[in-house]
Amino acid sequence: MKTFIKGRAFVFGNNIDTDQIYPGRFVEYTNVEDVAKYAMFGADPEFVKDVQAGDIIVAGTNFGCGSSREHAAITLKAVGVGAIIAESFARIFYRNAINLGLPLIVAPRILKLIEPGENISLDLSSGIIGNEKGIIKTAEPLSEYVLKILESGGIKPLIREQLLLEQGLHHGA
Amino acid sequence: MHAIEKLLAKKAGKTHVTTGEILNCEIDLAGINDLYLQTLRSFYEMGATKVHSPSKVMMFLDHYAPASSILQAQNQKEFREFCWDQGIEMLMDIDQGVCHQVVADKGLAHPGEIIIITDSHTTTHGAFGAFGTGVGATDLAIILATGKLWLRVPEIIKITFEGKPPHGVYAKDMILHAIGELGADFAVYKAVEFSGSTLQYLSISERMALCNMSTEMGAKTSYIQPDAITMAYLNEKVTRPYEIYQTDEDFSYAAEISFDVTHLSPKLAAPSSVDNVYDVTKFIGTPIDQAYLGSCTGGRAEDIGIAAGILKGKHIAPRTRFVIVPASKGVFLEAMSKGYVQSLVEAGATFVTPGCAACLGTHEGMIASGETCITTTNRNFPGRMGHTEARIFLGSPAAVAAAALEGKIVDPTAYIVKENG
Repeated sequence: MKTFIKGRAFVFGNNIDTDQIYPGRFVEYTNVEDVAKYAMFGADPEFVKDVQAGDIIVAGTNFGCGSSREHAAITLKAVGVGAIIAESFARIFYRNAINLGLPLIVAPRILKLIEPGENISLDLSSGIIGNEKGIIKTAEPLSEYVLKILESGGIKPLIREQLLLEQGLHHGA
Repeated sequence: MHAIEKLLAKKAGKTHVTTGEILNCEIDLAGINDLYLQTLRSFYEMGATKVHSPSKVMMFLDHYAPASSILQAQNQKEFREFCWDQGIEMLMDIDQGVCHQVVADKGLAHPGEIIIITDSHTTTHGAFGAFGTGVGATDLAIILATGKLWLRVPEIIKITFEGKPPHGVYAKDMILHAIGELGADFAVYKAVEFSGSTLQYLSISERMALCNMSTEMGAKTSYIQPDAITMAYLNEKVTRPYEIYQTDEDFSYAAEISFDVTHLSPKLAAPSSVDNVYDVTKFIGTPIDQAYLGSCTGGRAEDIGIAAGILKGKHIAPRTRFVIVPASKGVFLEAMSKGYVQSLVEAGATFVTPGCAACLGTHEGMIASGETCITTTNRNFPGRMGHTEARIFLGSPAAVAAAALEGKIVDPTAYIVKENG
């Protein structure tokens, strides 16, 4: 996992729900190339044209509230979003993103400290958020459990390993 | 410990748990819905080949029932084939309805179990004393592969409703009031227990609406301690054995909030967030293009009955349409046998297939740019039911039916026939 992430800040407000991140009418798409076309479409249809690999989403409270659709995390990862910094996250979105290996970090009252479009950086291991002038804020550290999932590139490799181990034990017995 | 903690401890094979602890819990009922083919993708991507406990898995073809595009049809076909290949017998096909109502109708929701479905409104099952929570596709795939899932023991908040709700005030009004007061992120990561003297006036249907909407304050799960009303329902529906847990008297809640509903007025959540809540009187006269009654929040037989009571022998306003979506086949059958469907169709309502329909803006009642919809559903986010420039008001079944009758927002109180009040 890349622990140092640098990119332009795309700034959104509070309660950015999953219908804004990935509208319901596109949920029938299941291939990642299709899902990638509609990132943040309900909030800003231009986002998908502007975003570049490594860019960072900065948002207010309750980012990702609403539906359980994993599409919301898949689309942001697919367009190259490097990390999401928010004042808080809705829980299903949080789990979905971590499971996919998309880094999220909670930084209370961050919204007013970052200008849209400015270059910012995030060190996941220390939680330090900075811009060209220096340190802006230190985010809440990720829990050990979540960090382990991110370091493994998401939860799928961990479960794959667990299943192989169980199969091995089963065959050995 | 709280009843929720005792339940989680049991499922993790422990006797004691603490807030914040990560548990690997056995899951009693896992449900997939037809929006998330990614569940099957993730299952195979993790190297799984065989579902761990097919008898604990339900597949719901509810969000796209019946398919309205080739892609939806393809996705549903893959789900059916997966069930047949894996020996999943509880395939709830397009005739059945919204997952949460189907689970309840079939007597599969009861105290002492963990229900996890790929749907955010799985908190609904707190009405039965179960631990219900929604997850994404990959988490559900983990349950398919291993029978278990990691869960963090949540902080628990107690929300108390006191007093008898006045005529014309429903569970939907109470929960909208609470969300309006507390905010859409008040209970993020936390569990919400509902209690208080008001519960004695709330049927299982109304309790389901309460627990369902706890998702809209961010709750991970919700809980109502089973009482006489719960037991009457469970005794009629549930044949499996189950365990009821009690909260210890010395348990300390993360927060306790109390609302007196004795003088509460009917509420609406105005565009475009669920915590944007006001008395219905603020919006009187707002023209309505579409009234919508349905979903796991407000599409039960009681809700349809309230609408039928308001519209029987009358007709909806010109330039207004009224879409009704029974939450399940069971609900639809009950609404038919009680004559509600007859009254409502004669009054100009449009019935569509039991399922999620336009609640999530996919089909069967989408709204256009510039239109205004009043609905018994759970979300009024921009674009939720169609165009992002459409306006959505959330309210009780009575507020929706009265608006359909008049073609504009009205105070529903005067329209409700007494036996439904």
